[in-house]
Amino acid sequence: MREVDLAVVGAGPAGLTAAIEGTKRGCRTVVLDMNPRPGGQLIKQIHKFFGSREHRAGTRGIEIADSLFHEAASAGVEVMVEAEVYAIHDSTLEVVAQTNEDSLVLLSEEATTSRSRPLSIAARRIILATGGAENALNFAGWTLPGIMGAGAAQTMINLWRVLPGKKILMVGAGNVGLIISYQLIQAGGEMVAVIEATSRIGGYGVHAAKISRAGVPILTSHTIVSASGESRVERAVIAKVDASWRIVSGSEQELEVDTICIAVGLHPNARLASLAGCELCYSPGLGGWVPIHNSRMETTVSGIYIAGDLSGVEEASTALEEGRLAGICAAASLGKERAGDHDEIKAIEGRLLGLRSGPFCQHRQDAKQELIGIGEAQCPKQ
Amino acid sequence: MRVVHHPILGDLPKVQQVRIWVDGKEITARKGEPIAAAIAAAGIKIHRYTTKREEPRGVFCSIGQCTDCVMIVNGVPNVRTCITPVTEGITVETQHGAGRGGR
Repeated sequence: MREVDLAVVGAGPAGLTAAIEGTKRGCRTVVLDMNPRPGGQLIKQIHKFFGSREHRAGTRGIEIADSLFHEAASAGVEVMVEAEVYAIHDSTLEVVAQTNEDSLVLLSEEATTSRSRPLSIAARRIILATGGAENALNFAGWTLPGIMGAGAAQTMINLWRVLPGKKILMVGAGNVGLIISYQLIQAGGEMVAVIEATSRIGGYGVHAAKISRAGVPILTSHTIVSASGESRVERAVIAKVDASWRIVSGSEQELEVDTICIAVGLHPNARLASLAGCELCYSPGLGGWVPIHNSRMETTVSGIYIAGDLSGVEEASTALEEGRLAGICAAASLGKERAGDHDEIKAIEGRLLGLRSGPFCQHRQDAKQELIGIGEAQCPKQ
Repeated sequence: MRVVHHPILGDLPKVQQVRIWVDGKEITARKGEPIAAAIAAAGIKIHRYTTKREEPRGVFCSIGQCTDCVMIVNGVPNVRTCITPVTEGITVETQHGAGRGGR
């Protein structure tokens, strides 16, 4: 059985930064990712990020991914792609991997072989960075082919260069709904409308302005009533909602669409953490059921740490910082500290506080404080 | 439909083509792309039919999380087509229920 100091599950922004920090401190580290390419969801973010310069504002997500790969490769991080962790017990990860022998793929862009085989990895510390998943929305016809997560459409157009449909309805006018609507236009799609059930556009004005300028109506106080078609989406019915979220009768209108994208938030992908025995708690501010963790990102299971959207749905910038924090703390628990780590942790905590401030983000800081408060009481003491 | 020209990403890079068979029909795919992308480019939206009500399902999450897009690949049912890359000559079939022998 392969033995490592640190096994990281998920090669997105959180997992990669965690692995970089662990490797830099002398931990034998492996990152496992079920996807054919590393980078998590950064590799489909073609828009420029917002925020401060230290969080690479003005840089496209795909460029952040590239510099992260570069940093990981120069630190000597090993990443195994097409490797899915399906169980964790007694510090052992059970993996199904598409590999020959025990050879690890170093940030490969290529799928390796088509033969999958089981693999066990013994790890002294584990960092879970399994990310988030898109929420579904229940309405009549919601399961028809052609109805997909907005992020799914984004994956198709930006990563695989396939437009899933020609006439598209976007449900949700938060940043995800607005940004992906614009990217669907860039990919050659026609946005029929963006609808939003609340009375105001949730995302940034600059994103809303771009699609408004392209002539796409953004209809606030509107919801989707139904979708229908012969074995796939052919039309949608939308309607106005009143202040108490009831449909205004007579306001229904039918739209001819072949694709409906759902952008109504994400939730932490906590299944593997739950399987590993980590206790969860429900946090609306962080997107749903989230593993309880302390300020060192350690869960209720000693030796298992978390980072990124798994520990609360936030931004890629937050994930990068949390990954670093988890990597440094996991390495420290193995006695692998570097001079200045204490100051580094303080600096990361300061940047996280900055990312969680302001009118759009303060609620996340409050939710995180509450979660860490529970974690400090319930998680193992160092 | 392929996104050939793109204002940010540029023109679609040329890559090696592979042939796959979907319900007996030959489809040309791009090496390295997942099965779901190849069949979406060919205009196919239905991946499977549910067990009890035989309702059609397609891609929902596209990142291996939801399992809505599973199909029978080289005879193996319940393969997540959105994270399984195409390889030369594979056969892909629309799945009914839990797949062959599973109903």
